[in-house]
Amino acid sequence: MATIAPELPLERARSAPRRLARIRPGRIVVHLALLFFVVLWTLPTAGLLISSFREPDQLAVSGWWTALAPATIREAARLPVAEAQVEENGVYVIRGSVLEPGSNRTIETFGTTNATLGDTPAGGTATVRVGGEITLESDGAFVWTSPTPFTHTTGPRVYYAAELQPRATFENYATVLTANGVGRSFINSMTVALPATIISVMVAAFAAYALAWMRFRGRTFFVVSVVALMVVPLQLALIPVLRLYNEVGSVLGIPGKGYFGVWLAHIAFGLPLAVYLLRNYIVGLPREIMESARMDGASHFQIFTSLVLPLSIPALASIAIFQFLWIWNDLLVALVFLGAQDDHVVLTGRLIDLLGTMGEDWNLLTAGAFISIVVPLLVFFGLQRYFVRGLLAGSVK
Amino acid sequence: MLQQGLYAALTIVLGVGVFLAYFWGANWILDRALASNARMPHALAQRRDNLRSRIRPWLFLAPALIFLLVYLVYPVFETFRLSLYDRLGQDFVGPDNYTWAIHDATFWQAALNNLGWLVIVPALSTIFGLLIAVLADRVWWGGLGKTLVFTPMAISFVGAAVIWRFVYAYRGPDMPQIGILNAFVTWLGYPPQPWMQLTYVNSLLLMVILIWIQTGFAMVILSAALRGIPGETIEAARIDGASEVQIFFTIMIPQIAGTILVVWTTITIIVLKVFDIVYAMTNGENDTQVLANLMYRWTFISGDTGRGSAIAIVLMLAVLPVMIWNIRRFRAAEGTH
Repeated sequence: MATIAPELPLERARSAPRRLARIRPGRIVVHLALLFFVVLWTLPTAGLLISSFREPDQLAVSGWWTALAPATIREAARLPVAEAQVEENGVYVIRGSVLEPGSNRTIETFGTTNATLGDTPAGGTATVRVGGEITLESDGAFVWTSPTPFTHTTGPRVYYAAELQPRATFENYATVLTANGVGRSFINSMTVALPATIISVMVAAFAAYALAWMRFRGRTFFVVSVVALMVVPLQLALIPVLRLYNEVGSVLGIPGKGYFGVWLAHIAFGLPLAVYLLRNYIVGLPREIMESARMDGASHFQIFTSLVLPLSIPALASIAIFQFLWIWNDLLVALVFLGAQDDHVVLTGRLIDLLGTMGEDWNLLTAGAFISIVVPLLVFFGLQRYFVRGLLAGSVK
Repeated sequence: MLQQGLYAALTIVLGVGVFLAYFWGANWILDRALASNARMPHALAQRRDNLRSRIRPWLFLAPALIFLLVYLVYPVFETFRLSLYDRLGQDFVGPDNYTWAIHDATFWQAALNNLGWLVIVPALSTIFGLLIAVLADRVWWGGLGKTLVFTPMAISFVGAAVIWRFVYAYRGPDMPQIGILNAFVTWLGYPPQPWMQLTYVNSLLLMVILIWIQTGFAMVILSAALRGIPGETIEAARIDGASEVQIFFTIMIPQIAGTILVVWTTITIIVLKVFDIVYAMTNGENDTQVLANLMYRWTFISGDTGRGSAIAIVLMLAVLPVMIWNIRRFRAAEGTH
């Protein structure tokens, strides 16, 4: 049987003197080994989270582990054409800036060809091929002077290496939530997950009570069937259920795909595990309580609603968490039964779309992915105790 | 958006309301229709009492039974039937879909890949989970460490796929690498690799994702089992001069062998059904195909329910041994109650 669930985050800290006394080479190896695993397991998610707050320019040129260091980027800007010149004391001058205001860049070196980009430090002067000399300051301002009038009709390019200061931004989130439909999908995921979770826990609770405490023929057979159904691959249900939906849909004149079908499918697919876990819990409730209630003339319905349900709150909570996480994280059921209409797509499906259409726009992908995992993470950290308890009850038997 | 929020709220109220009304109403009707009281002839009252307690379990069970029958039991048989029919499910073709599968190179490739997943993922998840559980029990910050290793359990396979695609990201050798794996490789002095295009390596790297997710599960279950080992046996071994490593292999492992097996089989089932990760990462390209994804492709991209169903049945057959073992284990456990 399951032992009592360990309370993960709350380990008893050993007292300091004892800890000091225990510093031995062997113990250091243990610390380092665990640290190695923890870092390895945390890095991928940390990378995603950090990247989602970086500017697109930064993200494209440097790894997220350098997020706090300024990045060096190489860019080019086109200088103005001859019309922009003014004559000052017999010298022809074009002024301007190669950087937009608020571009967050500091120019380090520049040149008039890609090859000589590193040759002139900011503030220095370089010769321009179409005539004259250009002085470029680190803030992007330039002065381009020539003793003879400028005549060029296409502006030549100036190449520069600039330092990009790191800056945290919510821009990616704003973009992905609105422009890419992630916000809409967030609501869709909620619309799918909440009703399906609540209803399936309710249906499972009644069935679990019947299987645990009511006498009827075939009870063992049903319990064993539930155990068997727990491992049936979802793949077997897809085609028959979809055909069924299409038939029902054509009879009723409604589309076969939609929220209603997904709710029912999720309720059903989660039932075996939910019934199994709840039955295991309810069967372990003290027999005396049940029997004395029966003696007092309470019906099974009354016992269930007024006695068993309140006593089963922890188990119900852990099953609700499982169900919610599984539905929220599901891709296959939504893909098959919800269809690909843009206004119905759930978060997992939206992420797949984003992977396909903007596979290299990591600023949007990382932000979108984080939005999709933030709800499970909150549920998980907030209710970890129940989650662990449910896991243990489900597996250790 | 607001409209949809209201829609969702309304569904919750309606859906929950319908089921509550059913459970409450059905019981109420049963109590009314078959009421018994002291004024009745004794035999009639007795018969009604009996009938009531015979019917009531079915009222409790009915919704769950209907769901399970329609969504899981019937589909198993229907999928088998469809696997013997043509691509549209209209003409009987006998075992044609299975003979196709046996002679199809992609099917074998997917099956072999699944086999690879089946060997590697449960093994490594269990070993890492056990190792981390043992280590975490020995340091004061073990609880925090376990929580961090456990966290990926909450992340969807698709979310994990995005996270790891970023880890495996590849850019040309002249560009700065933004994927941490290639950054590490170039830091070691090797050229960056397009990981998802390298045969065999790509499958292994996809498995890493599932191992990353499932290790936390193995760790939590095994950690609880380790704590269940009576302290005296370990103390006794220590007094006898056994080293920590000896204690681990000769005392701890045998005591939790049953739990290890449970963890192993649970992960095995998850591995057999793996779909999302492959679908999101490579969609089976570059020799990474697995059965669940192949089934999806044949059914929903190529529109061939016959072949799709045949592949699903193969998956079912693969799950069957675990199912039988679970039932046996359950019966044995029930026997001890």
